[in-house]
Amino acid sequence: MNKIVSYIRSLFLFELFKGLSLTGRYMLTRPFTLEYPEEKAPVSPRFRGLHALRRYPNGEERCIACKLCEAVCPALAITIEAEPRDDGSRRTTRYDIDLFKCIYCGFCEESCPVDSIVETRIYEYHFEERGEQIMTKDKLLAIGDQYEEQLAADRAAQATVR
Amino acid sequence: MDGLISFWEALPELVRIMLKIVAIMLPLMITVAYYTYLERKVIGHMQVRMGPNRVGLFGFRLLGLGQPIADAVKLMFKEIVIPSGANKLLFLIAPMITIAPALAAWAVFPFDAELVLADINAGLLYILALTSLGVYGVIIAGWASNSKYALLGAMRSAAQIVAYEIAMGFALVGVLVAAGSLNLREIVMAQEGSLLHWYWLPLLPLFLIYFISGVAETNRAPFDVAEGESEIVAGFHVEYSGMTFAVFFLAEYANMILISALSALMFLGGWLSPFQGTPLESWFAWVPGILWLLLKTFIFMFLFLWFRATFPRYRYDQIMRLGWKVFIPITIVWIVVVGLMKVNQAPWWFN
Repeated sequence: MNKIVSYIRSLFLFELFKGLSLTGRYMLTRPFTLEYPEEKAPVSPRFRGLHALRRYPNGEERCIACKLCEAVCPALAITIEAEPRDDGSRRTTRYDIDLFKCIYCGFCEESCPVDSIVETRIYEYHFEERGEQIMTKDKLLAIGDQYEEQLAADRAAQATVR
Repeated sequence: MDGLISFWEALPELVRIMLKIVAIMLPLMITVAYYTYLERKVIGHMQVRMGPNRVGLFGFRLLGLGQPIADAVKLMFKEIVIPSGANKLLFLIAPMITIAPALAAWAVFPFDAELVLADINAGLLYILALTSLGVYGVIIAGWASNSKYALLGAMRSAAQIVAYEIAMGFALVGVLVAAGSLNLREIVMAQEGSLLHWYWLPLLPLFLIYFISGVAETNRAPFDVAEGESEIVAGFHVEYSGMTFAVFFLAEYANMILISALSALMFLGGWLSPFQGTPLESWFAWVPGILWLLLKTFIFMFLFLWFRATFPRYRYDQIMRLGWKVFIPITIVWIVVVGLMKVNQAPWWFN
């Protein structure tokens, strides 16, 4: 009996019409498409994009050259050299992140005891020449200075769960 | 106006025929171009995407209406790569063999009661012959490419088209029996009366089988095993590039339009108004018949796209089973039924 029913169902293309009605219904719904350059998807405060080095409000750089980020980096993308500054405090003389190696895991940010190295919301950037992918200390600090407000707000939003 | 008519009559016969051919081919080619655009749009929306909407015209985006033109220009400027082991002559001739029948079939196609290029008596036979010829292009392309995938695609296509050609032929025999004529114009005239007089009703199984076989004949999803992107890359046209590929592409879409138009002609009453025999008939008397024909054709053209967005590709043995063990028996049985209806002058179609 079941065989006969299923034979008749397949002969009259029952399942196929069901499929057609589904796609037909979906054609009339609004597309989910986000038209990218004009519209952008919302970005989470936890977003892990381009890196930045932050400063304290008084202008002093946060990084104390503890090298925890260099140690934790699974891709070995961070290179740090440090020596005491004239006033006796320990600071980095070189802080490079190779973005070709970086996997954007965010471990550097998590390991940082002073919230110095952070990952920003920036995800639109490109390199045109070899060597540009090395983010030097100056470049990282410049990004940090430019987006400090946003970075501080994102850290504050995440303060309860960090 | 009179001057124009006398000028037209003063032209040599050959020039007049040439101009008529241009008058058919030009709109057809434009339709083909925008059919590809429509396909991407429709399938996009069925997948809750937008489809192409960036390439505009004259600095306006216009929902991406410039896309087919951009595609055509791109293909024209691309290099035609001829594989080193290929048979050069056959390789280049194959796309032409594919597109020629798709275009030539329009010669006997009646767009209206008077509007036909060549009103020959064996029109149906001519169409059947030409639509079958398309497969040679595919087989030659597959063989001449000297590539495994191309040959596999060609073999699949050949076996599939042999199977479905028979079902399609039998479906047309049903139409032939019902109308009592091979002339396409007379087939349409025989359907005159009302929406219920059209052949889709007495020949319903043949109608469905004709259209499904048409989908299989044009190697469209869900019968696109000859191309089978996910299995044999692109099948018979895997080695083709640039304009040679574009010609295959054009032929495929021209064939789809042809099958749609023929379905409309033979089963949905061609240019006849759907309001014939109802009180609404006089209201729609101003609509030219060709508009109804285009509307009906468009319904089938849309179905092609709808099928492609909905159905996954048939497994190869299932295609063969469907062709040989389902379609051919049904058509044979229904030809007998049509014959009996015709002989007994069954109301209200054949009396």
